[in-house]
Amino acid sequence: MVLLLVALVSFIIFRFVGNPVENLMGQEATMAQRAALEEALGLNDPIFIQYFEFLWRAINFDFGNSYRGALPVSELIISRLPATIELALSSAILGVSLGVILGIYTAIKRGSIISNLILSSSLIGVSLPTFLIGVLLIWLFSVELNWLPSFGRGEVVELGWWSTGFLTVSGVKSLILPSITLGLYQMTLVMRLTRAEMLEVLKQDYIRLAYALGLTKRKIYFFHALPNILIPVITIAGLQLGSVIAFAIITETVFQWPGVGLLFINAVYFVDIPVMSAYLLLVGFAFVIINLFVDLAYLLIDPRLRDSQLRREV
Amino acid sequence: MLAVGSFFVFTTIILLAIFANYLAPHTPFDPSTLNLMNGFTPPMEPNEFTGQVFLMGTDDQGRDLFSTILYGLRISLFVGLMAVLLAMVLGVILGLISGFSGGWLDIIIMRLADIQMTFPSILVAMLVYGVARGMLPPELRYEMSITVLIISIGLSEWVPFARTVRGSTLVEKEKDYITSARMLGLKRFSIMTRHILPNILSPVLVIATITFALAIIAEATLSFLGVGVPTTKPSLGTLIRIGQDFLFSGEWWILLFPALTLLALALSINLFGDWLRDMLNPKIH
Amino acid sequence: MFKKLVIPALMISFTISSATAETVRWARAGDGITMDPHAQNEGPTHALNHQIYDSLLQRDMSGAIIPSLATAWSALPDNPKIWRFNLRKGVKFHNGATFDSEDVVFSLNRAMADGSEMKELLSSIKEVRAVDSHVVDIETNGANPLLINNLTNMFMMDKGWSEVNDVMTPHDVAKGETNFATMNTNGTGAFMLVSRSVDEKTVLKANPDYWGKNLYPNQVTEIIYTPIQSSATRVAALLSGEVDIIQDVPVQDLGRVSSTDGLKLATAAQNRVIFLGLNTVEGPTAELKVRQAMNIAINRESIKKVVMRGQSDPTGVIMPPFVNGWTEKLNEYPAYNLDKAKALMSEAGYSNGFDIVLNCPNDRYINDEAICQAAVGMMAQIGINVTLDAKPKAQHFPIAKGGEADFYMLGWGVPTFDSHYIFNYLVHTQTDDRGSWNPTGYSNAEVDTMIVSLESETDLSKRNDTISKIWANVQDAQMYLPIHNQVLNWGMRSGIEFDVQPEDQPHFQFLKFN
Repeated sequence: MVLLLVALVSFIIFRFVGNPVENLMGQEATMAQRAALEEALGLNDPIFIQYFEFLWRAINFDFGNSYRGALPVSELIISRLPATIELALSSAILGVSLGVILGIYTAIKRGSIISNLILSSSLIGVSLPTFLIGVLLIWLFSVELNWLPSFGRGEVVELGWWSTGFLTVSGVKSLILPSITLGLYQMTLVMRLTRAEMLEVLKQDYIRLAYALGLTKRKIYFFHALPNILIPVITIAGLQLGSVIAFAIITETVFQWPGVGLLFINAVYFVDIPVMSAYLLLVGFAFVIINLFVDLAYLLIDPRLRDSQLRREV
Repeated sequence: MLAVGSFFVFTTIILLAIFANYLAPHTPFDPSTLNLMNGFTPPMEPNEFTGQVFLMGTDDQGRDLFSTILYGLRISLFVGLMAVLLAMVLGVILGLISGFSGGWLDIIIMRLADIQMTFPSILVAMLVYGVARGMLPPELRYEMSITVLIISIGLSEWVPFARTVRGSTLVEKEKDYITSARMLGLKRFSIMTRHILPNILSPVLVIATITFALAIIAEATLSFLGVGVPTTKPSLGTLIRIGQDFLFSGEWWILLFPALTLLALALSINLFGDWLRDMLNPKIH
Repeated sequence: MFKKLVIPALMISFTISSATAETVRWARAGDGITMDPHAQNEGPTHALNHQIYDSLLQRDMSGAIIPSLATAWSALPDNPKIWRFNLRKGVKFHNGATFDSEDVVFSLNRAMADGSEMKELLSSIKEVRAVDSHVVDIETNGANPLLINNLTNMFMMDKGWSEVNDVMTPHDVAKGETNFATMNTNGTGAFMLVSRSVDEKTVLKANPDYWGKNLYPNQVTEIIYTPIQSSATRVAALLSGEVDIIQDVPVQDLGRVSSTDGLKLATAAQNRVIFLGLNTVEGPTAELKVRQAMNIAINRESIKKVVMRGQSDPTGVIMPPFVNGWTEKLNEYPAYNLDKAKALMSEAGYSNGFDIVLNCPNDRYINDEAICQAAVGMMAQIGINVTLDAKPKAQHFPIAKGGEADFYMLGWGVPTFDSHYIFNYLVHTQTDDRGSWNPTGYSNAEVDTMIVSLESETDLSKRNDTISKIWANVQDAQMYLPIHNQVLNWGMRSGIEFDVQPEDQPHFQFLKFN
């Protein structure tokens, strides 16, 4: 049902964005040719008919051809998906791991100068818009220092239909700046959450008991406290994936990262309706899947929370 | 300390924005007062053609940056504030209904929240913007941009409010005083507004502060994607978008001053929010 | 795959030029739409296809017409309706097939078929005939003295290859069609397609059997083409040595590029004029005096100095200097005169000004939105309160040409280098097949007749007289406010010797390393 609604929204709304006909015809086209084209594209049919046609095709994974690339949309999206998934994955790993480590550190060393420094400087990261952080990183690391590439994925290796940048040096180097740009917000969020949870857990009776039993601090932090905070942290990080996908649009635009986000934004500028609606469906689909996994993970990890309603109150 | 400092910075910025028309030496939103030849004047240096001097320099159209930042702040703050209000009102109402009534209404609202999460503010804004643009005359472009920004940011941020309010409502409604209020035959509406609402205000306030900072940054991000206010009446975000074009060319002031203003604003709100959270959260103390 | 893994491993050291001397890494803002040479009539698409396909004759890096697959051409002395082309001998397609007159007949017919975007340029052609294996006649409906101007982007395909791969007609991009030729090529050009990923990366390698091997430098052995949309990122890629040449350096970064060690700029006037159009039928701009006032209220010099940083040629006519019909006199722009403009405004009865919306693209021309913004300020000086509505080109153009706009920005390139092309689209009354870009409402039956007469006038001096008469009418009517001709700026590695082409089309066989 969620998907159906998403499909409706994605399709109907984009009918209003602009007129694709202008882009498709060169400056020489005449009025009559224009009208003929509108007819051929089915742009003159009633909107609900266009929508049902679209739905039917979507069920069959047929999104038609992109108005712009003249390639099947499904093919386009599949060829662009690896780039976005690799970017999202590395930024999520970066964000969560760094976030957890820094979160634990700032909780343990609560009130120390370094902790406060980390906490406040992390706020700077979320107080600037993503695109600006990206441009500043390019300026510093590509233009001034000339250390890292400013655009694209570098060399990629084809593994079947999947193209990966993880296996080449230039591929990994190209990943660094976009991942930082995209992962910064996640990192701050995870760090602050970890810190709060950790502070809470450290006050619990069983931790006090562990202290009393003379366990080393390291053992207490990593074997007793950490597992208890990971559940909410991972849940929140998972639920944040929606915004990761959204911010990937910006990161991909800034770094000319050839993923689906860039595909989408180009589609918007070009009024490429099939690509836009397919992208929105994809986002909706991804979100439903993520939600499902988070729910399942929750039930698996913590049997006390079988009532999924309770999750909402965490 | 930090909280006091950030509160001070925040208040200063607000006051600067409110009294922009008295404080700003120029009127950057009135095109007839602009002189293109003043373009790209560095801060505190006389312009090579007109000889005029500007505190923070000028942008590519010869607008005094200091004045433009003050006027731009107004737009950014207004958008942020209205978006938060919209999100808060929507979220609190839906959360209250959801938590208090339960049942199918609860399920529908929470499903709606899930769908909402699918469309982050950027996507919502581009959708709403596309529709509004197609339907409204261009004369209303400026008003429309602002409204679209408010609606799209507001729409995408109501979920945290609703979830929090719903959670607290679920807890509160089992408490004895609500049960007794019900037994006394009080109407649902008055129970909700008079008894539950005051008890959930503090978490709502914390979320509102953080959302406010988020909204201001979202406005900047949307300007980058071309969905923001027109460049003839730039907001802080639009100014930053314009400024980043001149990062490599040496006209650093066009980016630096608006970016610093945004940073100071968002940072002070975030720090203030942190402090508020710690104050209102009894668990940590 | 092994090679792919090894090369980057060797590039660990962060040197500026990591590619071999013969590889050129080329970037610009947009990608070509399709590799099918007749399916689109658009700059970046042609620029890419020019590396792979050849036309009968082409424009070199200076814009002059030179022989390509045809070595000689002329209209038959006894019948000016027939053009005869002698084809180059010994030319092979990339797949080894021989190029002959059959391929020319096939390709030109293909370019005139349904789904072709090139067909308007060939609309005067009646028939294409092979005389022998290397001579082709093109018969036109009426005498067309300027036919060859329309053939410079008309690429030749292999008939046999097209039959085998079922690409006998161009795919209709507009209908969402696609065919084998969208992603595969078989030309006679200096480069062959190795791989292509739309909007991401296209790799070409030198054609070892290229017919022009001894005619042109041909020093480039490999081209890696990557579109980079964000101008900051594109400049960053050039500054950090990740690409060798970019076609569109933002004007504000020219100084940075030219002052960077190892980089240089090449600049040349572009065949594209930028102007503002006005509604001549309704509203205050229907008044000629208002249009005249607006024209002299535009300070073209300050736009050039501040917005364009000196990189534009202000003009008083909507015609780039390359075009037949251009004169110094027409090009002169009126002096900026605020007092006179205000006087004209009050004479027209608008001393208090009026409100108007300026429609403007923000991703099409160099600094388009900034120019419009500057115009808003200038119009405010004479009391006109302009609301700026800037949008991506996809949304701007329907408004600009649909007649909904009273005041709009447009740029016009003239691929035929002849005034007729401008008149036919921008001056002729808007009808089904002419004047499609003239939403100003300007309509003059006499001018329309003159425009049509240009198409079959063989007496060139008489034709030029008509052209100047039409221009006189256009200048008097003032439905367009000319701003400037664009200037192209290509940024490149210092080791590259490459002229800027006025149509913004690099032909890499001309590139030299030093």
